[in-house]
Amino acid sequence: MTTTIERPEVITPEELGGPDGHHPDAHRGDADHGHHEGPSGIVNWLTSTDHKVIGKSYMITSLVTFFLAGIMAVVIRAQLLDPHTSLVSYQTYNELFTMHGSLMLYLFAGPFAFGGLANYIVPLQVGAPDMAFPRLNALSYWLYLGGVITMLSGFLVAGGAASFGWVAYAPLSNATNSPGAGSDLWLMALALTGFSAIFTGVNLVATILYLRAPGMTMFRVPVFSWNMLVTAILILIAFPVLFAAVVLLFCDRHFGTHIFSVQGGGSPILWQHLFWFFGHPEVYILALPYFGMVTDILPVFSRKPVFGYKGMVFATMSIAALSTGVWAHHMFTTGVVLLPFFSLLSYLIAVPTGIKFFNWIGTMWGGQLSFQTPMMFSIGFLLIFLVGGVTGVLLASPPVDFMTHDTYFVVAHFHNVLIGTAVFAGFAGFYFWYPKMFGRMLREGLGKLHFWFLFVGFWVAFMPQYLLGLHGMPRRVASYAPDTGWTTLNVISTLGSYIIAFSFLFFLVNLVVSWRKPVPAGPNPWDGHGLEWFTSSPPPHHNYTHLPPIRSERPTWDYNHPEHRTVVHKPKDKKSTSPQGDKQAVGAPS
Amino acid sequence: MATALTWVDVTAHRPLLSTSNYMPSPASVIAVNAPSTDSTDPSQHRVSGMRRGWITALIVGAPLVLAGCNAYPSYGADPGATKQGNDTFKLYSGMMTTGIVIGGLVAVLILWTVVRYRRRSDEMPKQFHENLPIEILYTAVPVIIVGVLFFFTVLTENNVDATQPVNASVTSTGRPVVDITVTAFQWGWRFDYTGLNVGVVGETTNGPNNHGPQMVVPAGETIQITLVSNDTIHGFYLRDFNFSRYAQPGVTNIFDLNVLHTGTYDGQCTQFCGLYHSEMLFSIRSVTPSAFDTWASAEVTAGHTLQGSPSGVSNIPAPNTRTTPADAGSSVASSATPKQKASA
Ligand code: HEM
Ligand SMILES: [Cu+2]
Ligand SMILES: [Cu+2]
Repeated sequence: MTTTIERPEVITPEELGGPDGHHPDAHRGDADHGHHEGPSGIVNWLTSTDHKVIGKSYMITSLVTFFLAGIMAVVIRAQLLDPHTSLVSYQTYNELFTMHGSLMLYLFAGPFAFGGLANYIVPLQVGAPDMAFPRLNALSYWLYLGGVITMLSGFLVAGGAASFGWVAYAPLSNATNSPGAGSDLWLMALALTGFSAIFTGVNLVATILYLRAPGMTMFRVPVFSWNMLVTAILILIAFPVLFAAVVLLFCDRHFGTHIFSVQGGGSPILWQHLFWFFGHPEVYILALPYFGMVTDILPVFSRKPVFGYKGMVFATMSIAALSTGVWAHHMFTTGVVLLPFFSLLSYLIAVPTGIKFFNWIGTMWGGQLSFQTPMMFSIGFLLIFLVGGVTGVLLASPPVDFMTHDTYFVVAHFHNVLIGTAVFAGFAGFYFWYPKMFGRMLREGLGKLHFWFLFVGFWVAFMPQYLLGLHGMPRRVASYAPDTGWTTLNVISTLGSYIIAFSFLFFLVNLVVSWRKPVPAGPNPWDGHGLEWFTSSPPPHHNYTHLPPIRSERPTWDYNHPEHRTVVHKPKDKKSTSPQGDKQAVGAPS
Repeated sequence: MATALTWVDVTAHRPLLSTSNYMPSPASVIAVNAPSTDSTDPSQHRVSGMRRGWITALIVGAPLVLAGCNAYPSYGADPGATKQGNDTFKLYSGMMTTGIVIGGLVAVLILWTVVRYRRRSDEMPKQFHENLPIEILYTAVPVIIVGVLFFFTVLTENNVDATQPVNASVTSTGRPVVDITVTAFQWGWRFDYTGLNVGVVGETTNGPNNHGPQMVVPAGETIQITLVSNDTIHGFYLRDFNFSRYAQPGVTNIFDLNVLHTGTYDGQCTQFCGLYHSEMLFSIRSVTPSAFDTWASAEVTAGHTLQGSPSGVSNIPAPNTRTTPADAGSSVASSATPKQKASA
């Protein structure tokens, strides 16, 4: 893949920024400074503040929760194979879908993106030696791990795990209706992971704003890192509200307050407002990082720059801005929200999302596309997220929401969106950056098998659910009457979930094979664009010993393909082929 | 064009009215000969619905082809057994057509790009990275599309949410609005006909042929539902009505339903409300107005009055007292659920 070219002389940061310039190591005076071997062994792992170690820990932990939640999903689907309560009891079923949803959203999709991949990749992409606050980063991970253990331990206590759905609506979540300790553990887990998210958010903002390498102006930051910056700001907006809501609910449950109960003069609707004021931005906290991954992957396998870079950045920002004003579209059927306002804002989100789609197509347009595993998953994302986006526009219409709310139509919709992002784009990112993180390749054949089984399984599992919803099947039901006519579609959907589960065997085998028989990746196996492909795989302790000149959002590509490098802003100006970024580079923020 | 859609057309595409098994006789369309100024008149409704449909079609362009055979393809939904539900159905159908056309175009574009630009040589592609006119175009066009969708959304929403004053005689027959208070509880439903002094309550189980309590309503008339709950949040949902609304403690929701035909329609709680949420079924049976009167007086004679089973008291079991669905079924079926006596 990589074309052999003569390398120009390496330009070091010192040459650009002067002797006192921004050599990566110059930033750090931390205690971990000097462990240039990288930590190994359990003690080093426990005490490490290296963003690469923490990122990997995050990623492994979140993948474990993904597999646990996936197993729960398969049990749920097996239960619905026939109308009756055949496999698990009502109570267990209710615990299972609650924990499936909670694990997937709070403990997999988010942490995988911003604790895992972003933690590892963002400092590399912006040319930083580590996150801005390495110890805070370590604290994030340990809080997160505590949250995972706390939430899962609900299964061990009397009364079982939480069983009020991932949204914990009051008054179902109060002490009378959900008395068990499992509910409290659920609340505590949210508080723990909430803080881990907030700390990671602070870290990402500080890192992207203040630790960029010389020459890395904001408009040369790769779109993945841009999206992580916006995601981090959204985290800082949304998670404190969730934490407040969780604390208030805990007070209602244990300290006799009546914030969410009518009897004491409180309001159950208030819970919904607080929850969704967190919950909708959360949806984009889960989506934007994955958009970013795809935006970084498509150009590499098209051998072109990203199309409409600035459009992408502004689309990300406007999605984030709009996402803070649409929360009540989850509350259309309460009858107490201003329908046209929330409907209009929700519709408008389709516009920046549409821009992203056309930019993704524009990126591939006229390119030389090659279909390695990350590219396959990215294209799978495009097709699956597209359908989720279209059905999402339907749900932004209150009357259509009245007809489909809380039915399987909505279940199908949000899996279309979430599996499109967290699973397809997420695994695209995993396959793409795995060689960077572990210095070895994953096998293409196994990767493609994983993709095709997952892709087919997805449609088989979730398309019937749209129809089930339209035929009247509510979500969160453990059984249904045999004369409803829902059985056939449920059988098909369950088969699809088995295919999905099967596809992950290829993934696991792939990991094992790459571990047993490593194929070295080298620094840049995909002919990548971002700075992260400039350093070794895995990178040394503080990431870079030297940096290429940074004159666009794809410095490594520019360095490897000087004759095809990105020349921004002056497409018609002949002179612009000469480097024009140095002026900015010297005065670049550090 | 004027014949592309008639009232009969819409109803003719209905699937079998009901999947339930206690209403075997086929549904019949009842005659509603209202003066043309009447807002519930289906013929008037048809005109505006048709114009709306065609505007949508013209804007999207391609669905014109579809409209040749059916202006409102069902896409898996029910055409709606109520006036409101039919409005929603048309909006759904129109939006779905729009979505399929636009989504389809984008999907084709993606796939075409993927196939067309697959790597065929080692030649370096042109390194372009922006095209401002095109970017402005694909920003502006979606704004217009969602603007149009929003416009139709607001129209439909206003129709669906419109309520009549309870005391008004608004329908063709001059009958007052039938005012029913629906109380959802863990796990069952209670229907109080305030003006008629009739109360119906039933817990629910999932046994075959047990579809929970039944609300009887007159077809063609305006029914006004007042929806409340005293415990958790529940969802009042009927698939054939294309409608749902939360029953929430602390909130009173009021909405109108105009059931168009006689028939039986299954309903179910959609908002997760605890252990037996799956079994919280009910149904609505719509009968001719005269059959409805007969039914109501028979209920009063049988003692199923508001006082006989007051809301929120003896017949509603305390939460979390049940252990299995089976024992709940037996205790309720005998005591609380009245036999429905009206002849359809
Ligand atoms: C990988 C295959 C997956 C399958 C087969 C699957 C299947 C299911 C099923 C059967 C339900 C329960 C529906 C119900 O009873 O109402 C469910 C609920 C849910 N799933 Fe998944 N799911 C998968 C992946 C995901 C992913 C990746 C996410 C998020 C990132 C996710 C998020 C949720 C959420 C939030 C709920 C709702 C839980 C609730 O109702 O409280 N799922 N899923
Ligand atoms: Cu939302
Ligand atoms: Cu329920």
